[in-house]
This record gives sequence, structure tokens and C-alpha cells, in this order.
Amino acid sequence: MPEFLVTALLAGCGVALLAGPLGSFAVWRRMAYFGDTLAHSALTGIALGLILSVNVNLAVMVCCLMIALLLIALQQKLSLATDTLLGILSHSMLALGLVVVSLFNRGNIDLNAYLFGDLLAASHADLWVIAGTMAVVLPLLVWLWRPLLSITIHEELAQVEGVPVVWVRTALMLMLALVIAIAMKVVGVLLITALLIIPAATSRRLVRTPEQMAVLASILGMLAIVGGLSLSYWFDTPAGPSAVLSASSFFILSLLRKPAI
Amino acid sequence: MRQADPGKTKVLVETTDLSLYQSDRQILDGVSLKIHQGEIVTLIGPNGAGKTTLVKLLLGIQSPTSGSIVRQPGLKIGYMPQRLHIDPSLPLTVNRFLTLTPHDRDAVARCAALTRIEHLLQQPMYRLSGGETQRVLLARALLQEPELLVLDEPVQGVDVVGQTELYNLISRIRDERGCGIFMISHDLHLVMAKTDTVICLDRHVCCHGHPESVTSNPAYLDLFGQPQDSGVVAYTHHHDHTHDHGPQGQGNCDHRGGHEGHDHA
Repeated sequence: MPEFLVTALLAGCGVALLAGPLGSFAVWRRMAYFGDTLAHSALTGIALGLILSVNVNLAVMVCCLMIALLLIALQQKLSLATDTLLGILSHSMLALGLVVVSLFNRGNIDLNAYLFGDLLAASHADLWVIAGTMAVVLPLLVWLWRPLLSITIHEELAQVEGVPVVWVRTALMLMLALVIAIAMKVVGVLLITALLIIPAATSRRLVRTPEQMAVLASILGMLAIVGGLSLSYWFDTPAGPSAVLSASSFFILSLLRKPAI
Repeated sequence: MRQADPGKTKVLVETTDLSLYQSDRQILDGVSLKIHQGEIVTLIGPNGAGKTTLVKLLLGIQSPTSGSIVRQPGLKIGYMPQRLHIDPSLPLTVNRFLTLTPHDRDAVARCAALTRIEHLLQQPMYRLSGGETQRVLLARALLQEPELLVLDEPVQGVDVVGQTELYNLISRIRDERGCGIFMISHDLHLVMAKTDTVICLDRHVCCHGHPESVTSNPAYLDLFGQPQDSGVVAYTHHHDHTHDHGPQGQGNCDHRGGHEGHDHA
């Protein structure tokens, strides 16, 4: 196997591993639109990185984290319906990113790579960023698992039972922002939500506990990456969209089975 | 049966002159109340009276604009929310729901037996009926070994038989555990028979006192039969003040026509 394929496989599987549990929370808490907004703002992060001539990975990550914090603050202050708010922000960020990137494009930027991912071009530096994110997010997920489940079930009940709801919710949003920032490399800003939602939704039909759902979602996500890279390698299709298509076909297959509970 | 005697038992929670404004609207106005150990307090009032808000203040989920809440130090509160919506995408059994908080296994078995949900333990949460959900929520509140049980409309969405059962269960819990119980009633005029104190809230405390005997209320007898085997009783509002903002000088508590026993000055 050529080295670039190994790098791509490792990068894709790392992201899919994190996307499993966080995607499960996105499904349980109905945060798909939230994920979209963060994903689209990653493009603004690229634009900022270009303008300020800083590392694009870093710029994307900082931008996603800032937008996540902004969303949390806005949700607490405004009584605006959340999906309206997210709809406005999501598409404004996407438009802003597209406009600024094309303004500052010095001929060395492939917009498609950002919109649909460029997994086969993953570098060793990308691998380190993904490994670093895993080192932060995985222990945090394990540590906060129970409170995260509690606030997903009923926030006020969790609060009465002593869970610091605002902090736990903020931690979830920030973890999601981090994973979205690294997932951009794999599937691109337009398809990130698919990588979060589809494996989790597929996993739902086959499991009996929240933990099983999160773990199986990770496994299914990694299988989708393998499938996407294979398609890309043999038929020269774009890797990101091929991975999403693999995930979708798993979902369709899972419909044949009745849910376990 | 253990009856609360406000003179002797300790006060679990006392609020003094609680007021709350939300974006220039007054939600609560000078609410003072006490909940004693072993006392069942029922909160009634029309929609928008601030009942759920008052519960949130008592629980410490929200803070009042002015006034004070004094809880007994280290007071353990069990809370049963009004509604529980669990997305069907979350594969969660009743047993897992109960054991999400720190617990011991015996306590889970005891609480499940008390609320008669043992047969539901392996069921997914999202498939429970209204009455089953309420019993599961009650079991979860009891797992905290609470000294104060706060119930937000515990019998809402439960049929009449289920209501009676749930009310009997609640009074049994008070008798066996001696905890204070503070609950919101979903009905303005029917409250649980074992209630020691009824508080009628309409932003401020309109009136409070012991619920009256039910025998005088034919509508009640008509609906529920003999009073001793049902869990509800009619509450007659005795106002010691008038509201000058009512259109016909009527008390603010009189929000539904056709009921009997009102005594507005």
C-alpha cells in the first residue's frame, strides 16, 4: 500500500473514531444543524488563516471554538428559535468563507479540497493534529460521559442532582467544534455533518445501550473511511464523498433490521 | 398516619418575599412560604401564575430578583419534572435511566418495588406511557433519599385510576419516609386528599390553608365516588383580600366559571 494511502487511512479513522460518540450526542440532542453551522464556519477559519498568514489548521480550530462559544452565549441571551439562529449563522459563515477565500486566493488554493475534503493529501502534520485532538477529546469524553448523558436526558433534573449543566454543555460544544475542525480535512465543510450523523443513526438500530451506540458508530465510521478510500483508489472518485456514500449504504442496509430496543 | 404539625417539625425550606422579574414582566410577587418535614404542600393556580417558576426558585435552578430562600443545610431534594422527553434515538432502558446517578443496587430494587415499575426495568424509556413515565420519574427522585420531594404536576396526563394510585403512593412515601412534599397540582380545584396545606398562587399567594372536606361537593362525588378510596379532594378558596384589578371586582383566583364553594369578598 502506498504511504499516502496509509496516512489517509490513519487520518480518516482517527476522525471517524471521535465522530462516533460526538455524532451520537448530536443525534440524541438534535444538534445536526449546530454541527452544520460549526462546519461552515470552518471555512471562515481558512479565510482568516489566509488573511493573517497563520497555520490554516490552527486558524480553523480557533475559529470553530470561537463560533461554538458565540453560539452558547447567543442561545442563553436571545429567545430566538435555535434553528433560525443557526440557519442565519450557518449560511452567513459559509458565504463569508467563500467570498474571503476567493478574494485572498493567490492561486494555490483548491476550494474543492475545503468543501469536499482532500483526505488523500493528508500530511504527517495533519496526523499529529488529529492525534493531539484525540488525546484531548477521548479522556474528556470518558470523564464526562455520565454527566453528558444526564444533561441529554433532562437538563433541569441533572442540575438538581448536582451536575454543572452549563459547563458540561459547553464542554460538549467545544469537543464537537474540535472534531469538526479536524474532520474538515477528511470530508470537507459540506459533508462533516454526514460523518457525524450517519454512522450514529446506523448504529442506533443495532444496539441496546448509549455506550454500544457510540462505539459502534465509531467502528461504522472507520469502515466507511476504508470503503471511501477503496473506492477512491480503484475508481479515482473523490475520497470524502465516497466515504459518506459508504456510510449511507451502511445506513440503508441497517434499515433491514428491526431496532434492538 | 404521621400528620405534619407546623409547630413541632423542622422547616425544610422557607422563602421570604420572593419576587422575580423577567424582561420587565413580574412573574412572582412577594411569595413567602414554609415547607415542614413530613408536610404535604400543594401549589395550585391558573396558567401563567408562576407555579413552575416558583419550583425552579425552590430547587435553585433560577435565582429570584429579590427575597430570600433558606434551605435547611445539606437538604437533599428529589425532583420529579413535569415532562420527560427522551429522543427515541437514545437507546436507554428504565434500569439505566434509574442508575445514571450514584446509587446502590438495593435502593434501586426498593424504589422500583415501591413505585411498581419492576416489570418495566428492561423497557426503553421512549416507549413508556404517561403514567409509567411518572412512576419511573418518581422512583428516580426517591433514589436520592430526599428529605424534600418536589413534584411538578405528578398526575398530569395520567388517567383517573392512575391518579388515585399515584396520590396514594405519594402519601405512603410521606408516611414511610417522613419527607416533606411540595407539589404542583394540574387542577385548580382538585388536590390530593392528604394535602396538609394548599397554596393558591397567582404571582402572589392568593390564599392558603387546609383543604376542606369533599362531601359537600356533589361534582366531586359524581366524578370520583367515595372520598376515602380516591386520592383527591376539592379545595375551597377563602380569600382574605380583594383584587382591585379584576374587571368585576372578582378575585383573581376565580379563573374558571361554574365551580362551587367560592367565597370572594
